[in-house]
Amino acid sequence: MTLRLYVWQRLSAVLMVPLIGVHLATIFYASGAQLSAAAILARTSGSVFWGGFYSLFVCAAAIHGAIGLRSVLADWSGLNPRRADQIMWLFGMTLLVLGLRGVAAVVVA
Amino acid sequence: MNSSIKVTIWRGAQIGSYQSYDVPQRDNQTVLDLVSWLQRHVVPDLAYRFSCRVGVCGSCAMTVNGRPRWTCRTHVSKVVKDGTLKIGPLANLPVIKDLAADMSPFFDQWHRAKGSFVPSAGRHDPMARVKPGSPRRQAADEAIECINCGVCYAACDSVRWNADYLGPAALNRAWTLINDERDGGNDARLKAVSGLGGCQACHSHQTCEQLCPKALNPAKSIAGLKRRALSAFLKGAL
Amino acid sequence: MTERHKNPDGAGRTSFIRATRSQTAGYQRDALWLAAIVHRLSGVALAVFLPFHFLFLGLALQSEGRLQTAVNWTGNPLVKFAEMGLVFLLTLHLLGGLRVLVIENLAWHDSQKTAATLAVLGAASVALFYLAQIV
Ligand code: SF4
Ligand code: SF4
Ligand code: FES
Repeated sequence: MTLRLYVWQRLSAVLMVPLIGVHLATIFYASGAQLSAAAILARTSGSVFWGGFYSLFVCAAAIHGAIGLRSVLADWSGLNPRRADQIMWLFGMTLLVLGLRGVAAVVVA
Repeated sequence: MNSSIKVTIWRGAQIGSYQSYDVPQRDNQTVLDLVSWLQRHVVPDLAYRFSCRVGVCGSCAMTVNGRPRWTCRTHVSKVVKDGTLKIGPLANLPVIKDLAADMSPFFDQWHRAKGSFVPSAGRHDPMARVKPGSPRRQAADEAIECINCGVCYAACDSVRWNADYLGPAALNRAWTLINDERDGGNDARLKAVSGLGGCQACHSHQTCEQLCPKALNPAKSIAGLKRRALSAFLKGAL
Repeated sequence: MTERHKNPDGAGRTSFIRATRSQTAGYQRDALWLAAIVHRLSGVALAVFLPFHFLFLGLALQSEGRLQTAVNWTGNPLVKFAEMGLVFLLTLHLLGGLRVLVIENLAWHDSQKTAATLAVLGAASVALFYLAQIV
């Protein structure tokens, strides 16, 4: 892991600490109140706050997950660094696209 | 109390095998005593390394029952398990013969981490005055007593997994120099310890801290380096 | 007793690692090492799970009905159990990550073994709390 990746990974981690807190609280609330899909979508659709919140979360998670995966592969799989970098980008981009699509699905819907 | 200990010892080089011997047990016996007894009485061609026998030189480290230890100051009674001891060369290093590991990679990393003092003043300059209580001096103090035994290097998973990783001892050393007011090589040093295999490759397992016989805390020194590297990076200096 | 390890010097790093590992296996059972490895494995598990989580949300794109079916499907005890596991993993990874951030960035305290244990306990209780909510 280069210093640049280290910095991105730690900054995304710090950013996600409060985000995960809110996310977990939301999960507890939604499952505690037995919210239906319609009820959840009613709260999220058109909401700038949740749209922004989860877009940010997806970006941070994509960065953090991709760099983390790269470190694990580099340590444990013996992949050469260039291949590990490629997998990192591929995985990160996949997370980003799928994640933003998911956010769009529940916010724009 | 057993009157003898079953000792299993690595024989050979990179390829070899563990072989068992019985060694008489004595009071206050160290692992090094036991290895020396074996070499003198049973296995004259046993290769191992020691010098001071009092925990100063750092040359006697071996793997004892699965953990790296300085053998001259490790009492057999403290590490023996069911009357047996398994002794091998230090891990994460090539084996020369029997219990002697090749320390060159360890010292090479020391150089890569720029672990030697770079003077910033000449012989005609006045003597530098370093306040013993200053924060930098205290940070250096905490980490300075390293005897280069390689125990932390053999214990570290990041060393095991990442061939480029500089390792706990070299980074710990760099941290003491970064806190040395008289040193003039810190820009290059910070670059070296945050480049390929630098401080950011440490996973904070703290195994180094747990096993360092001098009770140093390389993980803490490395954390200090990480903070320096991080802020230098954010300022665009790295 | 004779144990054989092949450890050819020039035969690449992997074989070197494998051969030396058997000599050093002991220390790996320490609490702090476990905390680090749990952190790593929970991270990998989350990375594997995340794309599916996003695909699941994407179902709402097609229609609310499909998402409802999917949400109903999560009523299945097995799926509930898996969900609980994921919240558990996330909490575990979060707490392990906090441990790393604290070690790296705050003044060092010598009580990290306790911190590691507390982290696992904290994660377990959050997961149990969640389980209690959904069952
Ligand atoms: S804390 Fe860092 S240097 Fe120490 S054993 Fe763990 S990975 Fe190695
Ligand atoms: S830091 Fe401790 S374990 Fe590592 S080489 Fe120095 S004295 Fe030995
Ligand atoms: S022989 Fe010198 S430290 Fe053990």
